[in-house]
Amino acid sequence: MNTFQFHSTKNIQLAKDIFSANENAKFLSGGMTLLPSMKHGLIQPNHLIDLSKIPELQVLEESNEFLIIGAATKHDTVATHPLVESAIPSLAYLASQIGDPQVRMRGTIGGSLANNDPAADYPAAALALKAQIVTDRRVIAADEFFTGFYSTALEEGEVISQIKLSKPIKSAYVKFKQAASGYALAGVFIALYANQEVRVAVTGVASGVFRWEEAEQAFLGSQSKPDLQRDDVISDLHAPSAYRINIAQVLFKKAAQQIKNNS
Amino acid sequence: MQLTINGQIKDLAVQDNMLLIEVIRDQLQLTGTHNGCDTTQCGCCTVLMDQVAVKSCTILARQAEGSSIQTIEGLAGSQLHPVQEAFSQEHGLQCGYCTPGMIMSTVYLLQRYPNPTDDQIKEGLAGNICRCTGYVNIIKAVQSAAKKIQEAKV
Repeated sequence: MNTFQFHSTKNIQLAKDIFSANENAKFLSGGMTLLPSMKHGLIQPNHLIDLSKIPELQVLEESNEFLIIGAATKHDTVATHPLVESAIPSLAYLASQIGDPQVRMRGTIGGSLANNDPAADYPAAALALKAQIVTDRRVIAADEFFTGFYSTALEEGEVISQIKLSKPIKSAYVKFKQAASGYALAGVFIALYANQEVRVAVTGVASGVFRWEEAEQAFLGSQSKPDLQRDDVISDLHAPSAYRINIAQVLFKKAAQQIKNNS
Repeated sequence: MQLTINGQIKDLAVQDNMLLIEVIRDQLQLTGTHNGCDTTQCGCCTVLMDQVAVKSCTILARQAEGSSIQTIEGLAGSQLHPVQEAFSQEHGLQCGYCTPGMIMSTVYLLQRYPNPTDDQIKEGLAGNICRCTGYVNIIKAVQSAAKKIQEAKV
């Protein structure tokens, strides 16, 4: 790894000050993507600012409408916390399917969302669950947050502090893992709200997470195999695009079935 | 910076870009923790950090500042730890390279699930790869270790 200066602070304002005072600085949360990227020389920051010890990024609470999760909350905490289990069980399940046990002890929800890996799990949950991404300067709706391949609406130096998820009436996440990495070859998250509002978000299939409108209509109707047509469907050595689309259709059917069986 | 390693407090001079595994192996000379893939996949470098299993190849030493680390060397007292004993008796290893990581993950797994089901064992060891593919005996070893720990409590 390149040489860099490591900074740790319990104060979010101080973390931001260190960021603005230094050239080529990066925020570090769990490090499960950033550190491997640095080992490969893909990113070579001069300063790393550790966010994991800032108390306000660790909250986990609920209100009538929302489940509120601090950005530095680890996957394992989301997977096992009774509040998540009771408010949005599919989210606890999703977190339990990320990486492996050791990775879940380090990786964080905020880090995952800020990275926006096209095959990561959390973006699907955030988009389906109408997440409000609370940062140090504003609130960004999930619909505006994810802007494509590894990119988000976050500005330079902007820090996610909390993720507010709208509690659904019912929801389900079904994922088909890429066998070696455990990332989603495809993952489908369905969230059902009052007044027949349905949101279906898909990860792993295209250049970034997206809402699948045909599936949302299909959920309310009787059709079980919605069309999926996009020009950015991933095709790689793990799966050609037609296979990914087919898997997404199968996962949608399974997730929809889970929700309907659960009524 | 300060680190508690196998119960002993150490004051260490580390460079900011050093990994926890580099401090454990190169500075502290605790070479039981193995560096297998260096890419967070194989789990050979697993140690307990504040009592949870983590991969020491993907943590900066500075991120571990002030924490308490337990490595494979810290398990045995005058006798082998029950998990070590079980891996030995059940032949839960072939070449042995993955074993320290397997054992540390098992110690954590059994703290969480004292009577694990087969699925909990497989899920609990999903972050540890045995390239000799000796998984059948590894699972037996975990079951046996669970029994040993339960019996010792009675």
